[in-house]
Amino acid sequence: MAGDPTASDTPWLDTDAEPMVRVRGVTKKFGDDIIAVNNIDLDIYKGELFCLLGGSGCGKTTLLRMLAGFETPTAGTILIDGADMSTVPPYERPTNMMFQSYALFPHMSVEKNIAFGLKQDKMPGDEIDHKVHEILKLVELQDYKKRKPQQLSGGQRQRVALARALVKEPKLLLLDEPLGALDKKLREQTQFELANIQEQVGITFVVVTHDQEEAMTLSSRIAVMDAGELAQIGTPTEIYEFPESRFVADFIGSANILEGRITENSPDHVRVDTNLGEIYIDHGQSVKENSRVWIAIRPEKIKLSKTAPRKGKSTTNQAEGKVDDIGYLGNTSIYKVRLNDGLIVDVTAPNQVRPKSRSHQITWEDTVYLSWDPSSAMLLQK
Amino acid sequence: MSDTTQDMATQPADSQSSLFRQLARRIQSRWRSIILFVPYAWLLIFFLLPFFIVAKISLAEIVIASPPFSNMIEWTDEGVMNIRLVFDNFIYILTDNLYYRTYLNSLKISIISTIACLLIGYPMAYGIVRSGPVAKRLLLFAVILPFWTSFLLRVYAWMGLLADRGTINNLLISLGIIDEPIRMLYTEFAVYIGIVYTYLPFMILPLYANMERLDNTLNEAAADLGSRPMNTFFKVTLPLTIPGIVAGSLLVFIPATGEYVIPDLLGGGNVLMIGRLLFNEFSANTDWPVASAVAIILLVLLVLPMTIYQYFQGKAAEGQ
Ligand SMILES: Nc1ncnc2c1ncn2[C@@H]1O[C@H](COP(=O)(O)OP(=O)(O)OP(=O)(O)O)[C@@H](O)[C@H]1O
Ligand SMILES: [Mg+2]
Repeated sequence: MAGDPTASDTPWLDTDAEPMVRVRGVTKKFGDDIIAVNNIDLDIYKGELFCLLGGSGCGKTTLLRMLAGFETPTAGTILIDGADMSTVPPYERPTNMMFQSYALFPHMSVEKNIAFGLKQDKMPGDEIDHKVHEILKLVELQDYKKRKPQQLSGGQRQRVALARALVKEPKLLLLDEPLGALDKKLREQTQFELANIQEQVGITFVVVTHDQEEAMTLSSRIAVMDAGELAQIGTPTEIYEFPESRFVADFIGSANILEGRITENSPDHVRVDTNLGEIYIDHGQSVKENSRVWIAIRPEKIKLSKTAPRKGKSTTNQAEGKVDDIGYLGNTSIYKVRLNDGLIVDVTAPNQVRPKSRSHQITWEDTVYLSWDPSSAMLLQK
Repeated sequence: MSDTTQDMATQPADSQSSLFRQLARRIQSRWRSIILFVPYAWLLIFFLLPFFIVAKISLAEIVIASPPFSNMIEWTDEGVMNIRLVFDNFIYILTDNLYYRTYLNSLKISIISTIACLLIGYPMAYGIVRSGPVAKRLLLFAVILPFWTSFLLRVYAWMGLLADRGTINNLLISLGIIDEPIRMLYTEFAVYIGIVYTYLPFMILPLYANMERLDNTLNEAAADLGSRPMNTFFKVTLPLTIPGIVAGSLLVFIPATGEYVIPDLLGGGNVLMIGRLLFNEFSANTDWPVASAVAIILLVLLVLPMTIYQYFQGKAAEGQ
């Protein structure tokens, strides 16, 4: 991305751009009844850091393994850099994979593990040494090159696995839960390292994860998967702010989801009737009047106040309730607000002021008023 | 508040449970020493002690008596202890051409048989590991199945197969492939057949156990890094199955070297193996001291591969 000035930062919007990976109608069945991947279409462009995100067992690894060539699709085609991969064995594909279990060779030192792939390319010895040296520097493992994998920590092994896949400079690097084994702190640090490395080497990355935070920080685009199907593809912002379904809204971050009915539908605004009262959305949506829809409001988009808003002309985009529970997270707090009809709404608020006493300003059983911006509610049709 | 109630509740139970725990620990440590004692006692009584007896006999002279060897320790009338160590048996064995050739031939036969077992057993073990769950169970069962019939019976069956008028020759003659029976029984070839047939399961089972533990993602990782299947086999699978190869080879090599029944029945008088020689010395010549010396030298010869095995075991344990 950084090395190529002509490539745009959003190649997926460029209709002429040739995708690095083109997945068309790919389905993978195990036996007759297990459909691991169901009819997926996907384009991944050069230099992207593309995340496959989804719950356990939704088919992420299976899709990745089909890209690497370890599984044959039951139906559909996979093109990598324009070439059909259906008859190409793994050892001839321009891809390298970092395995969920790392799969380091236990009988080889760190150095030999990394050199293994280069040796297969019949690269001269001194060139191999040079490349191994460079990549060890990149992942900061120079002092460990003579060790066997068993003599490394989890995080070090993970970096060896990354180095071993990276050193071949594949067109496409596939990473299956690359940071799964790390603790939170190291994980965050490594996420940025990974993104940095990706920018330095300019290789296209496909990263599988079930950690949505990881996906949000790392990726250029995210594909959210649900039970073998693609739920939505988009940039982290699109996925978070413009989810297309309840599944996506709920899976990425948290959301208060309400069922509702369209009462007014005009080109520049929509009104929806819900349990939370009438919700006004200040932009047009292509929906039919009176149709059943869902509204999702992110907890941090709701304002919480102990004083009632001016009793104005309408009661749109506001509600009243009692604080049922408070979850103190340090930087923010989650308030569970019980409305008069029993509905519970989650609201998060930053703890901007350090409380003078050891109690919170808003506390249990306080009557609070909720309000939100006309742009905040997200309208979902499925 | 909750803390104090908890304290009160656990106080009496605690002293009680610690008593129980102590008791349990004592029984446990007793058990541990018993469990450790059993194999050591076994080794002592059934291996080390007989070994020393054999070693002692090997340093004696043949006499016509019962038992037919001289005593190592004799008391003279003045009460002086006389220890007689006779090394003649060893000198005799080491200088006699027959023994030298027989040891060499035994080693040759067992080495070639071990290699043959490895060459046949390795692909078989690999195939079993790679087959589906049902086939795998069936194939493993088939490997162990021969143990269910008497070893002697199976060797006699081979005699029937390999004899001049045996099943194989008859079949070949009736098919018109040969006119004269091929001489197979009472040749070295028959001994090879017998040893490889008998000891093949001892090669397959440790190899199978080793390969079963191998992680298939290692093969995938190798393929992913551009390695063709053949190269992956030699660079990844083979090095990781060395412990199985060593274990299987020793399980074949060691008993095959001292094998008596197979060379006797299938080799007749034509195949010199140390087991037969030992038997001859012991029962036909009733020369226990020489027979014991033969056994001791055989043991020394076999200690060498055992040490190699230990070395690899240690290395494998270190690697994990
Ligand atoms: N070899 C296989 N045989 C049968 N079923 C399989 C096989 N591999 C995967 N599956 C099934 O396919 C589905 C998708 O599996 P997959 O490994 O792709 O999930 P995943 O998204 O990677 O999950 P996780 O986040 O837990 O790694 C699961 O239901 C799994 O049980
Ligand atoms: Mg997975």
